Amino acid sequence: MATAEVTVQRPARSASERMVGFLTKTPVHITLLVIAFIWLVPTFGLAITSVRVPADITGSSWWSSLLDWRYTLNNYDAVLSRANMDRSFVNSLIITIPSTLIPLTIAALAAYAFSWINFPFRDTIFLLIVALMVVPIQMALVPLLRLFRDMGIANNYGGIWLAHSGFGLPLGIFLLRNFFITLPRDLIEAARVDGASNLKIFLRVVLPLSVPALASYAIFQFLWVWNDLLMALVFVQNSDLWPMTIRINQIQSQFGIEWHLLSAGAFLLMAVPLIVFFALQRYFVQGLLAGSVK
Amino acid sequence: MFLGLFVVWPLIYTITLSFADTNAKLKIVDWVGFENYKTLFTEDKEFLDLDAFPPTGAFINNLKWVVLYTSLSLGLGLLIAVLAARVRYESMIKAVVFIPMAISATAVAIIWKFVYDPDPDIGSLNALITAFGGEPKAWYGRADLVNYALIWAYVWASTGFAMVVLSAALKGISEEVIEAARTDGASDWDIFRRIQLPLLSLPISVVAVWLLINVIKVFDIIYVLTGGGPGGASEVIAFSMYDETFTNGEAGYGAAIAVVMLLLIIPIMAFNIRRFRSERVVS
Repeated sequence: MATAEVTVQRPARSASERMVGFLTKTPVHITLLVIAFIWLVPTFGLAITSVRVPADITGSSWWSSLLDWRYTLNNYDAVLSRANMDRSFVNSLIITIPSTLIPLTIAALAAYAFSWINFPFRDTIFLLIVALMVVPIQMALVPLLRLFRDMGIANNYGGIWLAHSGFGLPLGIFLLRNFFITLPRDLIEAARVDGASNLKIFLRVVLPLSVPALASYAIFQFLWVWNDLLMALVFVQNSDLWPMTIRINQIQSQFGIEWHLLSAGAFLLMAVPLIVFFALQRYFVQGLLAGSVK
Repeated sequence: MFLGLFVVWPLIYTITLSFADTNAKLKIVDWVGFENYKTLFTEDKEFLDLDAFPPTGAFINNLKWVVLYTSLSLGLGLLIAVLAARVRYESMIKAVVFIPMAISATAVAIIWKFVYDPDPDIGSLNALITAFGGEPKAWYGRADLVNYALIWAYVWASTGFAMVVLSAALKGISEEVIEAARTDGASDWDIFRRIQLPLLSLPISVVAVWLLINVIKVFDIIYVLTGGGPGGASEVIAFSMYDETFTNGEAGYGAAIAVVMLLLIIPIMAFNIRRFRSERVVS
């Protein structure tokens, strides 16, 4: 994706021109202000609620508390210790990291084969993989669950790792292959002439040049798995292994709508994606865009 | 290979399963032909009730989702992309709208459950309404409102995606073309209507495809915010599939629902492959 911004030098404007420009833009500013408000207030309100004393949450509104600062981190402590959120945080990590690394490795190898190795029906198979990208997970829930039971991995992390890897692969192969074929052909050919094996070309030439694409896919897959609820509900049957997304629901059904627990829990769940988002924004946006645009 | 085992084989298995009756352990006990599909579209009032007026059921709810979610996300995304391009704080606005894309549907559901809370001292939306003299409403507790409340929460989460794609495409339109049109006396609206919109048709179709695939699969946000309630009023196709299979143990019936989902997605998939092929001819 070309995102380069084109800046055109305009002649400097006089003060009155700028005033007119500002006034004609007033509706634009107001609309954008309203939009910013709608997009910020819901999250902000929950954030404030997560640091309020439980008795205050039911007694007065969160916006009134902005004038009367009595904030505490006790809710986070409560949700971590009483509602087992600490355990679930670790579970989420244990589920997410292999579910990202396994498809990343396989997709990179497969994408290399689809880009630089000739084999029969290569393009047809690739097209089939593109088609598989949109198959709904629902089509696989029951068969995989039965398979995992037969394999004896329905009660540990094995099942969910494999399920996420399988369903993350088509996108990974698609993204990485589209990046790999843009690498200069001469470079690969030169390495071949020098007698390098495919594995060597892959490790020494292709991978180092593809860090941005690999990072984009890895981040996309990481967030996808971290944020997933449906597959965890089906494939993680042992409640000791539940990730945070299931645990938050459990808090709802177990304690009722307790906003001090729910709000703190939701922010713990959001913490990791938000850190990833702010730290790796460029790769993150690229990954999301690549997932759809090319 | 790996894909064959974890994607293709289950696909075939589920299609087979949709013609069968199963026991609670998800094992096939009987072959029933198209019976599951027949029940689904003619007898299951929770899935599709054409006798009611207007028609109700999970299938109809999902149609509402398709129309409203897709058009609102696309429309708002385009609006924000176009408007933000005209101000200095563009990147800030875009970040604010895009952030919900990073967080899970589970978190979005909790955020909006809080906004929709029936108590005007807790729920921001009801507080706003009562401040203007209105009556607080049970946004997710009423059958006639719950679907719209859910759809809006998900639009809020997805608009950022449409906005980022369309904004990037807008930046790709040559500045000279727009300057030239302006010199010829074209208004902002003319420029948008005659130059920007036609040039955006491809990215708009890309975003629409993504939103459509997404909306046919929508599940998480409903599961967390309403659990399909009140009284099944907010169920959609993916929710029925989960409910029948894992709550009621009707794996064959659930498989039939999953196949319906696949059939709805196949035309979109075909479109994607065609586009992919034509791109390769060009490059």
